[in-house]
Amino acid sequence: MNELLAVQNLTVTLPTTRGPVDVVKDVSFTVGRDETVGIVGESGSGKSMTSLAIMGLLPRGAMTKGSIRLDGAELLHRTDREMRRIRGEQASMIFQDPLSSLNPYYTVGLQIEEMYRAHRGGSRKAARKAVVEALRQVGIPEPQERAGHYPHQFSGGQRQRIMIAMALVCSPALLIADEPTTALDVTVQAQILRLLADLQRQTHTGMVFITHDLAVIGSIATRVLVMCEGQQVEYGTAEQVFSAPRHAYTRRLLESIPRITDDLPADEVVL
Amino acid sequence: MSDVLLSARGLTKRFTTRGPYGRRKEFTAVDGVSFDVRPGETLAVVGESGSGKSTSARIVAKLMDPSAGTLEFEGEDVTRATGARLARYRADVQVVFQDPFSSLNPRHTVERILMAPLDYQGIAPTGGRRAHTKELMERVGLNPDHAQRYPAQFSGGQAQRIGIARALAVNPKLVICDEAVSALDVSVQAQVIDLLLRLQRESGFSYLFIAHDLAVVRRMAQRVAVMSNGKIVEQGPCRQVFDAPGDPYTRTLLAAIPRINPEWDRRRRAAAG
Repeated sequence: MNELLAVQNLTVTLPTTRGPVDVVKDVSFTVGRDETVGIVGESGSGKSMTSLAIMGLLPRGAMTKGSIRLDGAELLHRTDREMRRIRGEQASMIFQDPLSSLNPYYTVGLQIEEMYRAHRGGSRKAARKAVVEALRQVGIPEPQERAGHYPHQFSGGQRQRIMIAMALVCSPALLIADEPTTALDVTVQAQILRLLADLQRQTHTGMVFITHDLAVIGSIATRVLVMCEGQQVEYGTAEQVFSAPRHAYTRRLLESIPRITDDLPADEVVL
Repeated sequence: MSDVLLSARGLTKRFTTRGPYGRRKEFTAVDGVSFDVRPGETLAVVGESGSGKSTSARIVAKLMDPSAGTLEFEGEDVTRATGARLARYRADVQVVFQDPFSSLNPRHTVERILMAPLDYQGIAPTGGRRAHTKELMERVGLNPDHAQRYPAQFSGGQAQRIGIARALAVNPKLVICDEAVSALDVSVQAQVIDLLLRLQRESGFSYLFIAHDLAVVRRMAQRVAVMSNGKIVEQGPCRQVFDAPGDPYTRTLLAAIPRINPEWDRRRRAAAG
C-alpha cells in the first residue's frame, strides 16, 4: 500500500499540577496518498493533540512515545530546526480560526510569500507568481489584486481559503485540517469541503481531517478514527464505522446526532 | 386567552456604524420581520451568521428596542413597555443563552443564580429559597446537593442546565433559546435537547428557538422561520419547510448540510434493531 503517514502506538503525556496525564494513549493509524482520514471525537478526546504531535507543535514539556513516520522518515524527537523545515514543506496544517492564524498587519499576499520563500527561496518575483497562482487555485477572485489586501478585508470563508492557499503553496504531501469548517456557516462550510476535496484530487495530498462533527466526517473521509478520552475506540473505513460500528461509544455518538433526514416525531402538533 | 402568545409585526432594527473617515453608515440588521408564537409551541428561527436571527431574539427579550414595528404579548402592546409592565413581561419571557459560563455570574452560587429572577420580581418562593432551588435543580437533572457550588465547578452541559433552571424559576410562558445547544458536544447536546422537550411537555410553555443548525431545529420545533439578510424568506410548519422548501435560499441551506450516507445509517439502525 502507498502509505504516506504511519502513526504507531502514539502516546502523548502532558505534565500537569496533578502529575503526568496521558492525553493520547496508544493511537495507531495510517494515511495513504490521495486519502482523507477523519479523526472524530468530543472535546478533550485527544484529537487535536494527535495532530499537534504529527506537526511537532506539542506544548513544551510534552512527552511522546511510539512512532510517527512521514514518507518513511521518523517525525518524533526531531529538533525544532528540522521540524520547521518539514512543516509547510512536507506537512501543513490549517486551523479552526483563520483570523487568529493570520497577521492583521500584513497583506495576505506577503504572508503566503513569506511561507513560500522560507522553504523555496528564489526571487520575490517568482514567489509572487506562486502566491497569485495559489490564491487562484483556492477560488479567490482577482487574485493579483486581492493578494494586496489585509485579512480583515476578507470574509470568514475567504480567510479559510487563504489559509488553505498558504498551507498548499509549497505542495506538501500531507495536510492536517483541524476543525477547518467549524466556525463557518453551513453554506460556506459546504464550499470549503468541496474545495478541499477538489484540491486533493488535483494535488494527491494525503489529508487528516479533524472534527467533532460526524456528518462532516461522513461526507469527506475515506477512513475514520474515533477517539474518546485519549483512546482510539474505533478505526475503519467510513462505511464500516458508520454502518456497523463495533464500539458502544461510536454507536452512542451516532445515535446522538440530530439528522435533517429524520422522520418528525409522531406526536408532532399539527398546526 | 387568545391563540397567539407573542406577535411580532414588522420588527426592524437599524444600526448606525461609523465607516472610514467617520462617515455614518446605516445598516439594517432586521428588516420588517413578522411572526407569531402560539401557546405551547416551538417556533424556530434559523439562519446563518448576520441573518438577524439573534437581533430578533434580543428585541423579543426586550434587551433592545426595535427601530420600527410592534411586539404584542397576550394581546397587549409591549413594544415600549417600561416599569412595572416591563417587569411583568420579564417574568413571562425568559432567555437561555449560548454560552452558559458568560451568562452565569461566576461569583454567585447556584442557589443565588436560580433565585435572582425571583429577587428581581420581588417574589418570595413558596416553601423557601432552599426548597425552590432544590426543586428547580431536580427538574433539570442536577444534583440538588450542589446548590452552594459555583458555575466553574460544573461542566458545560451542567452549566447550561443551570441556565435553563434559572429561566424556569419564575414559571415563564415563553422561553427564548438563543443558540442554547450550539456550544455543546453532540452527546451532551442530545441530552439538553431531550431536557428542553421534556420541560415543555411538563409545563406547557412556548419556545422561541434561535439556531443555525437545521437538524437540531427539526427535533425541537413545530414551525420554522428561515432568515437571510434581516428578512424572513420562508415560514411554515417544519414538515413543509424542510420537505418542500419554497424559497431558493432555504433550498441552498438544506442542500449544504453535510450528511452521512443514508444507506450506512439504515444498515446501522437495522443491525441495532
